[in-house]
Amino acid sequence: MAKTTLAPHRAILISNPSVLWFMGLLGLFTIGVTVLSEGFGIGVISTNLVKILGMTLCLCLIAIAMDVVWGYCGILSLGHFAFFGLGGYAIGMWLMYARTEINIRDSLGRGTIPPTELEVSEAVAAQIFGVVGSSDLPLIWNFAGSLPFQLAMVVLVPGLLALIFGWLAFRSRVTGVYLSILTQAMTLALSLYLFQNDTGLRGNNGLSGLQNIPGFLHVPQSVISMWFFWASAFALGAGYLLFAWVVSGKFGSVIRAIRDNEARVRFLGYNVEGYKLFVFTITAVISGIAGALYYPQAGIINPAEIAPIASIYLAVWVAIGGRGRLYGAVIGAAFVSLLSSWLTGGGAPNIDLGFYRIVWTDWWLVLLGLGFVAVTLFFPKGIGGLFDYLVRKKP
Amino acid sequence: MLRLMPRIAMLFACLVALILVFPLRASAQMETPLQDALQTVQPLVASPSRATVPDMLAALIAADAPGTVAFLRAWSDREVYERPEDGLFFFAREGADRALVLIDIDTGEEVGTASSRDMNQIRPNAGVRREVSAALVQFELLNPDPARRIAALESIARSPDAEQVEALQIALEAEEDSGIALRMQRLLDLLNARFATDTATRVDAIEGLRGDISTEARRALNQILQTRSEFGETIAEGANVARIRVPGEDMTLISAYTVLSDAGLAPERPGRNAIRDVLRANVVDGTVGGIPVHQLDTDEARRAAYRALEEAGTVAPLVTQADMEAAVAQYVFYDAYLEADRAVTDAARDALDSTRTRISVWQFVGISIDALSLASIFFLAAIGLAITFGVMRVINMAHGEFIMMGAYTGYVVQTVIPNYTTSLVIALPLAFAVTFAAGVLMERLVIRHLYTRPLETLLATFGISIALQQLAKNIFGTQARPLTAPDWLAGAIQVNDIVSVASIRVAIFVMAIGFLLMLLYILNRTRLGLEVRAVTQNPGMAASMGINPDRINMLTFGLGSGIAGVAGVAIGLVAQVTSEMGANYIVQSFMTVVVGGVGSVFGTLAGATLIGFLQKGIEWFNPANTLAAQTFMVLFIILFIQFRPKGIVALKGRAAGD
Repeated sequence: MAKTTLAPHRAILISNPSVLWFMGLLGLFTIGVTVLSEGFGIGVISTNLVKILGMTLCLCLIAIAMDVVWGYCGILSLGHFAFFGLGGYAIGMWLMYARTEINIRDSLGRGTIPPTELEVSEAVAAQIFGVVGSSDLPLIWNFAGSLPFQLAMVVLVPGLLALIFGWLAFRSRVTGVYLSILTQAMTLALSLYLFQNDTGLRGNNGLSGLQNIPGFLHVPQSVISMWFFWASAFALGAGYLLFAWVVSGKFGSVIRAIRDNEARVRFLGYNVEGYKLFVFTITAVISGIAGALYYPQAGIINPAEIAPIASIYLAVWVAIGGRGRLYGAVIGAAFVSLLSSWLTGGGAPNIDLGFYRIVWTDWWLVLLGLGFVAVTLFFPKGIGGLFDYLVRKKP
Repeated sequence: MLRLMPRIAMLFACLVALILVFPLRASAQMETPLQDALQTVQPLVASPSRATVPDMLAALIAADAPGTVAFLRAWSDREVYERPEDGLFFFAREGADRALVLIDIDTGEEVGTASSRDMNQIRPNAGVRREVSAALVQFELLNPDPARRIAALESIARSPDAEQVEALQIALEAEEDSGIALRMQRLLDLLNARFATDTATRVDAIEGLRGDISTEARRALNQILQTRSEFGETIAEGANVARIRVPGEDMTLISAYTVLSDAGLAPERPGRNAIRDVLRANVVDGTVGGIPVHQLDTDEARRAAYRALEEAGTVAPLVTQADMEAAVAQYVFYDAYLEADRAVTDAARDALDSTRTRISVWQFVGISIDALSLASIFFLAAIGLAITFGVMRVINMAHGEFIMMGAYTGYVVQTVIPNYTTSLVIALPLAFAVTFAAGVLMERLVIRHLYTRPLETLLATFGISIALQQLAKNIFGTQARPLTAPDWLAGAIQVNDIVSVASIRVAIFVMAIGFLLMLLYILNRTRLGLEVRAVTQNPGMAASMGINPDRINMLTFGLGSGIAGVAGVAIGLVAQVTSEMGANYIVQSFMTVVVGGVGSVFGTLAGATLIGFLQKGIEWFNPANTLAAQTFMVLFIILFIQFRPKGIVALKGRAAGD
């Protein structure tokens, strides 16, 4: 009886001690980075590293989303990075447009006569699209100057795409590997579409200079990087909480049941398609938000980011971290992406075997591929499985 | 043109005489007959002009020295030098220290060297060269060697000229080979259509080109139909009007007005930028025409300020919409043919229209052939996947890497064996063997343990795919490696000017058909095929009948991988061999399998054909943009799967497996 009177959020925290642990660790990590950062602390962690950590937090966020849709609901989506990219494009449009507009107004304003709105937008278009040989502002950029509109797009574009795609796919009972291939096809179509120069998103040049935030152009990057780091940490925390709530309780049980035996859940009278659609769409929205936080830190977005391979890496992270547990996804994403940037960024020493020199930039992907095969074969629970082992031993 | 004709005819006659007389006189060896002949007209040879060419040729013909034709060719190609001291002519080639090695024009022997500064290179101007070369080409038309005659025809077709009509007519009458005569007739039509002087001849010639889909014929007709934009208060006398352009409908009002103002018939229309510049130049005490500068940030405000200046009389008046309409209304704008003769342009347009249907039919044929070729590549890439996916329900993401492995096998074989034909013959079975082994190995080590977890097979094979791709990059580097087709596959089969097929694509098509037949044979007529089908339909039942499903699975996987390897060699011949080539085909291959229907060879065939035709069809609508074609194709497939989730050829009953 007492259980029912608890507020839902407390119920989650009590039934999922891991959420408390996670929040605590995330908080400590955030404070630690802040204290050590260049912008607000003693300057041990370089601005660049802060950006990498912030980006990693965003990757962790999309990894949890992937975990919910795959590890909990059993839909192996190979398209969530497309939603991530769309979120990035939506915010990138505003960043690029608004910053260019400020520069243009600045330079045109120096003339004797103030510029008209038309002149400003024409000059902005010429500057942004000169690189693809055009000077007209495409239709989709009509509201790019408005931050609220583009923020809405961050949520709406991935959400609507996921809703329509998911509705079509789930309605016709496309499941299993077919669904995976279909989501991969969607990602491929999207990236091919964005690669074209005439689709209004600058083709393979992508959007660039996103690290400069309009209105804060005078603020140093060391400070801005911390703002984004905090925002990413907050988003990760909020996302974790949201998904922990989603996967606990009755809803969580239903989607896990769908994962394990979809037909049986349908026979029990549940609207399986509705559940799947909800999970697919909400994770797509969260992925979009993660992307919107990621790309201002990365500084550039181009269609290669959306290529099908990216979404597969996402699945790799989640599998290595451990499916079906949210912290597993976080561990996998953080571990693999940080290891990757350490090894490919030249951080790791190359190993000289005498007869052959192992250069990590060359061998990292071989290692990742084989490691991934090993994890799939021998440790289907991933790194997160270790925690199960520890927790079960304790009491 | 008319004035030239007799002279050209004379020139030509001279050359013909020259050629006919030569063989008779060739035996009459003199010391330096050509040099002597040249010396008689020394000034004309040394400093030629168009006017002197006929005289020079007449003199040379009179002397009829051997080697005259070759000399004339070299002479017009600026390869003849004059020695100023004695006026003698030499061929020359570049020797050491930039000195010229002189070559006697009669004997062809080297006769010493001279500094290039001491020799005069004879440089006939373009006009002279044209006349001489026209005469030479026409002479070639009567050459006894058919190949030379055809070469001459092609040379005329490349740079058609009115002066060649007469020679062509003479040659046509003398021609005995009917094939060449036909080509001559066509070329004559082409020339007559453009250059003949009387309407009847031209119209006849154009009629002769009706239905001719060659590029030359269409180019000739289009040249006749060239237009230029004109305007006037009325349509000019004698103008051959192609169409009348109504401002506001066929052309914008502003562009019509700009035509007028450019011709000085209407006042210049100040555009937005012009208005701004004028305002900027007329700022007085922070205001323009009484309006403060800071308010001039809309077009209305700027226009008002401009009007104020206009009333003060300081600037040219603003041109309004009504002004423009009024100005434009006084004139008529039209396109006129450069060709003044109405009958000729009508005939040309008719002839061009009549070719249109035939051209589109041929274009359709061309696209269909392209699509078939693409379909056979998709089929080759996908069929191995279809077998493994169909029989074992295993998604092999490393399939693309097997294709790559096959292509690299071909490349390695080619580096060892330089003969392309031999190396190809060796590479095909070797690629099969290598990838078969890799497939069996992968099945035993990885896939066997994951049969109950299909999604994880997808991921594990993907891990292998990443590793193999990077491994190939480490071994072979990132740049593309060539896989060269043997010479007998290098050309193209030219059907006509619109349709041509690369031989290699035909070979791939044949190969795809071969694989199709081979697979059908294996699956339907052999013990292995029987067992494979049994395992596909019901592994448990098959096992209880004494079939070893593990062995069948292993062999099936090997077979699918081996076919991928062979496909890799074929694809490597048309595309570049890179470590990423497999990844480019993997998604398309899955599409092919899924669209076609899993577990059926015919399904894959249907899928490949559908996707090939679809992609080429979409490209046809938007030829500049293959990316768009791929995008739309993927979208189409996504929609297609909505309506036929099991693909085109869906297995029914128990074989469907669910």
